[in-house]
Amino acid sequence: MGTSTALSWPRRLLRGRAVKPLIFLLCLLPFAGLFWRGWSNNLGPNPEQTVIWTTGLWALRLLLITLAVTPLRKLTGWAELARLRRMFGLFVYFYALLHFTAWLGLVNGFSVDMAVRDIAKHPFVLAGMSALLLMTPLALTSTNGMIKRLGARRWQTLHRLVYGVGVVAVFHFWWGKLAKNNTASPTVYALILAVLLGLRLWWAWRAAQARRAHLKGERPADDQGKSRSLA
Amino acid sequence: MSKRQDQGFEHPTSSEITPREIYRDRRHFLAAAGVGAAAGVAALTAHHAQATPAGGGQPAPGKLAALASHKNTALSTTQTPTPYKDVTTYNNFYEFGTSKSDPAKNAGSLKTRPWTVVVEGEVHKPRTFGIDDLLKLAPMEERVYRHRCVEGWAMVVPWLGYSLSHLLKAVEPTGNAKYVEYITLLDPAEMPGQNDPILQWPYLEGLRMDEAMHPLTLLTFGLYGEVLPNQDGAPMRMVIPWKYGFKGGKSIVKIRLVEKQPVTSWMRAVPQWYGFYSNVNPDVSPQNWSQSNERLIGQGGGFGGLFSPRVPTQLFNGYGAQVASLYQGMNLTKFF
Repeated sequence: MGTSTALSWPRRLLRGRAVKPLIFLLCLLPFAGLFWRGWSNNLGPNPEQTVIWTTGLWALRLLLITLAVTPLRKLTGWAELARLRRMFGLFVYFYALLHFTAWLGLVNGFSVDMAVRDIAKHPFVLAGMSALLLMTPLALTSTNGMIKRLGARRWQTLHRLVYGVGVVAVFHFWWGKLAKNNTASPTVYALILAVLLGLRLWWAWRAAQARRAHLKGERPADDQGKSRSLA
Repeated sequence: MSKRQDQGFEHPTSSEITPREIYRDRRHFLAAAGVGAAAGVAALTAHHAQATPAGGGQPAPGKLAALASHKNTALSTTQTPTPYKDVTTYNNFYEFGTSKSDPAKNAGSLKTRPWTVVVEGEVHKPRTFGIDDLLKLAPMEERVYRHRCVEGWAMVVPWLGYSLSHLLKAVEPTGNAKYVEYITLLDPAEMPGQNDPILQWPYLEGLRMDEAMHPLTLLTFGLYGEVLPNQDGAPMRMVIPWKYGFKGGKSIVKIRLVEKQPVTSWMRAVPQWYGFYSNVNPDVSPQNWSQSNERLIGQGGGFGGLFSPRVPTQLFNGYGAQVASLYQGMNLTKFF
């Protein structure tokens, strides 16, 4: 089209071939770091805690990054950001699975019986487990083939589950830190999540208003078409 | 395996104990062999292989002032002590930060001399003790205790101290003394973590009078043959081995004998989870996680010890034979 020369440098960068492999490697860094620390016997006095905390924290961070893609795209107009969302989302699942496996294996010795008792008794564990379960259909339907099979609209509806995942995951983190009466960092994560979800509500509300105005025959708001998509 | 049991303690076969001289000697040996790091490491490894009982990390004390003591084997576990490095770098001491590594990093600002401890309340002879008086009050003993944190990890620590009962008898409790509360130093300049309102400072913990008078309750001044490092509660802390670690108040400046059950710092902060007794109990976990098993710190093994399995937690942390009678007739689920 010849328009790419007119694009700003971040957009040109985002369109580049190197972006995806680069982001992939960046997302892998926390895991590589953990593996290296294990390999060199450097996981600290309590290696179990190091692994569980690190994987959990990165699952949550990447979840917020995933949820930030769409708002960032809308605010900057960089449509190319959308290309990265699936990869971020799948890395959330990757770290969440590692977090879960570490808990199941290291804390409960892979005893399903003990794990089930743990989940039933402790809301904190139940929340983490729910987040993982809610994420599973999203990970399974992340392929292009599944988007086609489900139809874009139904796929999008299904993937709004990610908002629920965000709320439950932050609750899991917050409730865990409450045990040490130290909820400062979960509060920060909760605020970021509130902003990311709040923006979507705000856009949804504006879109609804614009539609009403349009039906009444008034001049449509200029962002009407764009804001229908919430995801 | 001819271990014998009495008073609830497992006693070792003689081959399982590392004599103090050997772990002491190692340092001198290393220093003498200091021709080069490689030589030192080789020597250490060779010596380590000889002296260490199977599966144990070899302790290596730091460079603090030595504290003379005699071993109290009757009140000691025979488990291999957790390496000195882990005991002194993996700490919960919120007065110096909330990360496990914070206390070792930040506790240098604490001045432990001069140091006084006020003992007051329901006593006939209230008194302010200087730290040197306290060090001399009773013969210093080394006792190797199991240490269980409410977070689900455990250590084995060779503490130095004497039974708290010696101090309490010295001030002659009145008939009204039903509980003992002990209070950590309040000084945000020396304890920067106290600038964060995570808990209500100063840190306060307490015991029932009979718990406080129990011989196992240790007024503690050192570990591994040396005075306590600041991050472990210098210059004086409490150690109650059948309770979760947080009952052991650190850097104590005041001990009060009182009539009413104290509201401890953790009971005030998160009352649904932290009870007054806080006895180690694998069947009761008001916490977020099960207390049925624990990770023993410093076991070694591949991947930093990641795959060394957890071990079952014992009622009263294995001190049931000595302390269960204190709680006869009490519902330990209700009085957790």
